[in-house]
Amino acid sequence: MSDTSTPDQQAPEPGTALETAGPIPDPGLPAHTWRPTDVDPAKERRAERQVAALFGLSALCTVAFLVAYFTLDVGDDWHVVGGFGASSMALGVTLGLALMLIGIGVIHWARKLMGDHEIVEMRHSARSSDEDREGTLQALDDGLEESGIGRRPLIRNSLLGAVGLLGLPAVVLLRDLGPLPGKKLYHTIWGDGTADAPMRIVRDGIWTPILASDLEIGDLVNCQPDALMNPQRYGIDPSEVEGVNLQVHKSKASLVLLRMDPGDIIPGKAADGGSRDNWTVDGIVAYSKICTHVGCPISLNERTTHHLLCPCHQSTFDLADSGKVVFGPAGRPLPQLPIKVDEQGYLVARSDFDEPVGPSFWERDYYER
Amino acid sequence: MSVDVSKVAKTNGTEPATTSGAPKAAGAIANWADERLGLGTAMKKNLRKVFPDHWSFMLGEIALWSFVVLLLTGVFLTLWFDPSMTEVQYNGSYDPLRGVHMSSAMASTLDISFDVRGGLLMRQMHHWAAMIFIASMMIHMLRVYLTGAFRKPRELNWVIGTLLLLLGTIEGFTGYSLPDDLLSGTGVRAADGFMKASPVVGSYMSFFLFGGEFPGDSIIPRFYAMHILLIPGILLALVAAHMLLLVYHKHTQWPGPGRTEENVVGYPMLPVYMAKAGGFFFIVFGTIALMGGLFSINPVWKLGPYDPSKVTAGSQPDWYMGWPDGLLRIIPPWETHIWGITVSWNIMLPILVAPPLMLMVLMVLPFLEAWITGDKREHHLLQRPRNAPTRTGIMAGLMTFYGLAWAAGGNDIIAIKMHLSINQITYFMRGAVIIGPIIAFFIARRWCISLQRHDEGKLLHGYESGVLVRSPDGGYAEKHLPLPEADAYRLTARDADPTPESVDEIEESGHQVGRRRIRARLQALFFADNVQNPTAEEIEEASHHAEHELHELESQIAAGPNRHGPTED
Repeated sequence: MSDTSTPDQQAPEPGTALETAGPIPDPGLPAHTWRPTDVDPAKERRAERQVAALFGLSALCTVAFLVAYFTLDVGDDWHVVGGFGASSMALGVTLGLALMLIGIGVIHWARKLMGDHEIVEMRHSARSSDEDREGTLQALDDGLEESGIGRRPLIRNSLLGAVGLLGLPAVVLLRDLGPLPGKKLYHTIWGDGTADAPMRIVRDGIWTPILASDLEIGDLVNCQPDALMNPQRYGIDPSEVEGVNLQVHKSKASLVLLRMDPGDIIPGKAADGGSRDNWTVDGIVAYSKICTHVGCPISLNERTTHHLLCPCHQSTFDLADSGKVVFGPAGRPLPQLPIKVDEQGYLVARSDFDEPVGPSFWERDYYER
Repeated sequence: MSVDVSKVAKTNGTEPATTSGAPKAAGAIANWADERLGLGTAMKKNLRKVFPDHWSFMLGEIALWSFVVLLLTGVFLTLWFDPSMTEVQYNGSYDPLRGVHMSSAMASTLDISFDVRGGLLMRQMHHWAAMIFIASMMIHMLRVYLTGAFRKPRELNWVIGTLLLLLGTIEGFTGYSLPDDLLSGTGVRAADGFMKASPVVGSYMSFFLFGGEFPGDSIIPRFYAMHILLIPGILLALVAAHMLLLVYHKHTQWPGPGRTEENVVGYPMLPVYMAKAGGFFFIVFGTIALMGGLFSINPVWKLGPYDPSKVTAGSQPDWYMGWPDGLLRIIPPWETHIWGITVSWNIMLPILVAPPLMLMVLMVLPFLEAWITGDKREHHLLQRPRNAPTRTGIMAGLMTFYGLAWAAGGNDIIAIKMHLSINQITYFMRGAVIIGPIIAFFIARRWCISLQRHDEGKLLHGYESGVLVRSPDGGYAEKHLPLPEADAYRLTARDADPTPESVDEIEESGHQVGRRRIRARLQALFFADNVQNPTAEEIEEASHHAEHELHELESQIAAGPNRHGPTED
């Protein structure tokens, strides 16, 4: 085995099988050994009975399955038997055993009673014979020659062009899958509302407005715009906030309010370069709840540090410092919503966010607001 | 038409010429079918087709049978599942959610779970089968790679296998998104973020897929069409191609006495292999049924319907999506803003680049190895992982990368359970996913080489008998016994590694110099330090030596204080 050859020079013909010539000659297949079931009729009969018994047990399980199906209730009793649900568990166990016993029985049969003589089959190279290859090439040549595709470039090229063009309908047909993004990703439903009714910030779920005095330092409240529940108040068509539209708005407008010591807040800059000084109310800040990484709603509040953590990929934002990313994969700060209080003392939005909320997209900075 | 002479009675006149009775009826049916389908020729070749036996050949079978279970349970689920995002009020049996508004998809999932007998069982079986399907494909792939079963002529079947793994994963994702519960909705939302991060067309892709702005009301029906029609169709076609190639190539086998590159030794398809494989289908099916009945999976009712303003702590995708999710967690916050465009490296690298790259790496592995080794021969005998140390090292590296990235996908859980800082885990993982695979590569490679040395030792010096002998002067030695011939043959039934071309040779020939030099260098690295088979003379000499030593030990045993058994005097 020491005479190794360099592959490029003496590579064997492609497709040839490998000769394994180790230092020890092949002793050949070991002699067949008889199993107890081959030589002892008693053992053979016993194995036969075992296989039949396994099949019989399987049949019993199938009957039990049918009984369970018709006697046990589904529905409210799902917590019966350790939280599995009596019906589901009984059906699963009986069906599982019925199937498994058949499998075990068949394999037992194969191992104990079916012939166990190993058979030798010769392999053939995956490659076709030279003769076949030549025949195929000849047939291919003849066919192509008769079609004249090589001699008639006009036909060939016009066909290729016409078929190629058929790709366009396939693509164009998909156009109506959805509308173009337009400016939708740049806005949320937040805004300053109308002259009489500035847009209130309300608690998510119970939809009640929030007084600044309702919040203690360290409190975090999940919020939504009041416009989602009372669209008419803000001159918005109710159909705008129903069904799918409600979900769309919620997935952009979700907001968190956090109250902290006003002294903790580090003054930041708005997108237009202005100050964020009047964006807060007595240490209450409002930030988008949608993570700027891939868009999970951020939910975990570290009460002592005014940090907010995203449960999906652990991006952490500092709400005292303009929503800056202090840890994790998010690339941008959380957008802040400018807020104030209305005449009755409820927290309201001053405007929409001054940047798109949620995950980044290619043309995000491109659009002039 | 010719006359079928087999039907003509030979005993003319004494017995009726017509066939009768059950076996003859079966023969008639077979004849009927063969005259129309020509089955005889095809079956003659394949009914007694030989399949070699080894436990590791069963792993792909698990994947195949769990796929069948997926098809069966999946069809059951479609009978009740309503893939619609129309908002309805839930009024089914599950008390805590009664009266809650949710999509029809979620409501029908709850109905399947609580109001259809066997529905929850089928849902859970479907989910468990999906996990087993993907896991067994992965382990099967490891087996095929580590034993060299991917080599010529099976490279294309390897490529088909990687595509099956990719499609299985997408199928899994679209499937677990269908119930529209809080956890899966969060996953879909993250997927929306991935899409939006795509260069140039991201937001357009998102709007087209979701039929408008996220979440819209189209994504569930569209995923449903992909999940039950498009992807399973392609999967079925690829599984069929995978099987056909398997039959055409014939299965690989382990080397051993009488088992060579030219033959395949094992049990015939009919009856033994058919019984074992068929029986195994029932075992896989039964195991999945037991799991579906006994182990809760994806209890969508616990978290309720999707709401874009809500999320749960510990949000994680199904396990096979865990490794890109882990990369997504540990990637530094890289985002470039330039000329008004936003390039989100923090999403593109882990999700849009890493998984396709991993798939490409897997796909090219056979071709890369064939190019480096210059091996153009067909291989039907499997190699032990230790006999291809670099190959085994590469897979150890890839597995380590996978494992670490996957662990990073559970960094929050690890932090909570082990009372560690999530920040420190994340910083550690950032380095570990790069350094870990390199370390694993070298450890696995050297480990293989020491195992090769161990094999060589056994060949030349015999195996350790466990009998310790003390010599008259107080030294201890262990009695080694020669390996049985079959075992020695099995250890040596492998190729010698090629010697790379020398640089001088390449330069002299002046043909494709650069290419061949690179290859020669890679080849030298690929086979460096591998242990080759000893020559027949070396084995001969060693066995003489060992025999001599054995005699010496035996005479010491006879003479010294090691004597066992009754004394002779």
